[in-house]
Amino acid sequence: MPETIRVDCRGENCPRPLIETRKAINKAKAGDTIEVVGTHPSSKKEIPLAVEGMGLKLLGVSGSDTDWKITIRK
Amino acid sequence: MTAKKSKATLILHSGDFDKVYSALIIGNGALSMGMDCSIYFTFWGLERLKKGGLEKGKLSKMNMLGLGKAMMKKLMKKANVAPLEQLLADYKELGGKILACDMTMGVMGITKEQLRDDVINDYCAVGTYIKEAKESEITLFI
Repeated sequence: MPETIRVDCRGENCPRPLIETRKAINKAKAGDTIEVVGTHPSSKKEIPLAVEGMGLKLLGVSGSDTDWKITIRK
Repeated sequence: MTAKKSKATLILHSGDFDKVYSALIIGNGALSMGMDCSIYFTFWGLERLKKGGLEKGKLSKMNMLGLGKAMMKKLMKKANVAPLEQLLADYKELGGKILACDMTMGVMGITKEQLRDDVINDYCAVGTYIKEAKESEITLFI
């Protein structure tokens, strides 16, 4: 059964939102969903770049630059 | 993962506090973006691999006998920037490699016993760096 892994990096600064997302991607199985919430503005742009770089599927990016949610499918 | 793994290879020649940050942030960034990464610790950088030495570097500018560094650490804490030990732990967890320059060890009289053998993947020299750098899309001298 595909699971949803939640990552909360609200309040964390560069580069930890990216790092925590990467750790979650490593832990996830194929088909799992990873849901990341954060407040660091650049990470909102950069996590999707990392997702694209790893050939994973970006399901959605929502919220403001300082309060966002990113959803990824492994 | 479908994309081919690319690689970043960094040389950390400086032992300055802020430059160690640069190396570990870039290294973690590369790993997080799906790349492999190696950091070669050499000369003053190698001092930071001594037991208890990671946070010991001075600030590269405006150190002011440690006052500037203390100020910088305070500002970083306020901005929620992770400590170097955290970034090193993250780097290792994501599979980053740490290489120690054995020539520097010889010159400076640093022994393996003084270094953090638990985080060091290998002890090597320039040939290993060149081989890795040739295969890398990113290589930086810090």
